[in-house]
Amino acid sequence: MNVIETSDLGKRYHQTWALRECALAVPAGHVAALVGPNGAGKTTLLNLTVGLATPTAGVVTVLGGSPAGSPAALDGIAFVAQDTPLYKNLPVADMMHLTRNLNRHFDRAYALARLGELGIPLRRKAGKLSGGQQAQLALTLALARRPQLLVLDEPLANLDPLARHDFMATVMATVADEGVSVVLSSHVLAELERVADYLILMSGGRVQVADEVDHLLSTHRVLTGPATDARTHEELTVVHERRAEAQAHLLVRTADPADPVPPGWEAHPVGLEELVLAYLREPGAAALPGPARSTRNSQPSEVAK
Amino acid sequence: MTIGKGASDRGGGEAAPSPGGGGDGNTPRDGRRGSGSPIEFRLDGASGVPTYLQLVQQVEHALRLGYLKPGDQLPKVRDVVSSLAINPNTVLKAYRELETKGLAAGRPGQGTFIEATLSQVALPELATLRRSLLGWLSSADGAGLDEDGIVALFSSALRDFFDRRGGHRDSRGGAGAGTEGVA
Repeated sequence: MNVIETSDLGKRYHQTWALRECALAVPAGHVAALVGPNGAGKTTLLNLTVGLATPTAGVVTVLGGSPAGSPAALDGIAFVAQDTPLYKNLPVADMMHLTRNLNRHFDRAYALARLGELGIPLRRKAGKLSGGQQAQLALTLALARRPQLLVLDEPLANLDPLARHDFMATVMATVADEGVSVVLSSHVLAELERVADYLILMSGGRVQVADEVDHLLSTHRVLTGPATDARTHEELTVVHERRAEAQAHLLVRTADPADPVPPGWEAHPVGLEELVLAYLREPGAAALPGPARSTRNSQPSEVAK
Repeated sequence: MTIGKGASDRGGGEAAPSPGGGGDGNTPRDGRRGSGSPIEFRLDGASGVPTYLQLVQQVEHALRLGYLKPGDQLPKVRDVVSSLAINPNTVLKAYRELETKGLAAGRPGQGTFIEATLSQVALPELATLRRSLLGWLSSADGAGLDEDGIVALFSSALRDFFDRRGGHRDSRGGAGAGTEGVA
């Protein structure tokens, strides 16, 4: 089952396409990280997925084919928007009551147990809680709906390191307990490396990379060798290159992880952060499953010919 | 059911290392009753070693030093996940790798348990070997070698020794032998 599936999905705000030609199929059972610079279209994609926005073009379905925003989709997805929106003047208990009345499914016993463990007093106003507690409250209200898919937009922004750790620990424990699928957008690359096993990288309103992290890491590597030699390897698909007078580092994609290293070159494995940075620096390069998709505008990626 | 179980786990798991766990793999044996496993994992974000491999290496290290022995339980996936805030699939991948190496085996509904050992030498003998190594180290120090020099000399001698013997010092070979010994 795919938790999110889009085809030719696009969203235009006035004259500007915030998202275009988006084709995605995110399988269930993953923690998918959605990364990209500001304005890349991450929030637009998430809003379309949870049914808060309607597409200008194309289709988005969730949880194995339900149209986004349909009753079945709404029941199965929980969404925590940016800046953990809570009614700051409402006490925690009222916030919970409100959420319960606005949703068809709400596991009150679960929510009460979680809040008790976190030491969040039911009578305190949401706005008086610490940033970490507010994030945990929003997460608890989302999880109490017992979703199949949890969507988090920038959940870690504005949290201190300990609160980040505790927040992600809660999310990961829920994944372990209940097999919930997660899609989260974030700028914090180092933390994504620990939690994400699927990567969606966006820039300029387009999806640039979408694949399992293990597969991405095994099909990319860094080649280091003589700069003068760099253009002789026609078979290489170079994502990003850094070269000095004598030495060149090429981050390359290989179809087969067992491909031989060109003579005179050294191969090194690549980490998720290095991979993400390389693609962010080369908005023209793409790594998408299936037959190579649109190699649009300036395409410095193929060092060849 | 999940909630009840979760309640006790979350309380200890999230905020602080569980009682008795130093969090550095040096948990004393008597800490086992409290946490269910004699060891606890830690992560080094700066090491560049993939997370699942760090877990594998920590289990192997604990086996070599005798902190873990056959029959011991590895930390439960959920406990690892909520103390380190990592993806459960990463822990599962590490445990699968340990199973492939013949070092651990999953028991349905219970968890993953150690099946074999990597320390082929008994603890008292290890202590004796360690003492004689310390003796050698102090003579190397006396001769004026610094730490890097000692490491370089030792690694080079180790390579020569195994090259001459024609054997391999790959730990996997040792693991296989250990498995047969136990079985």
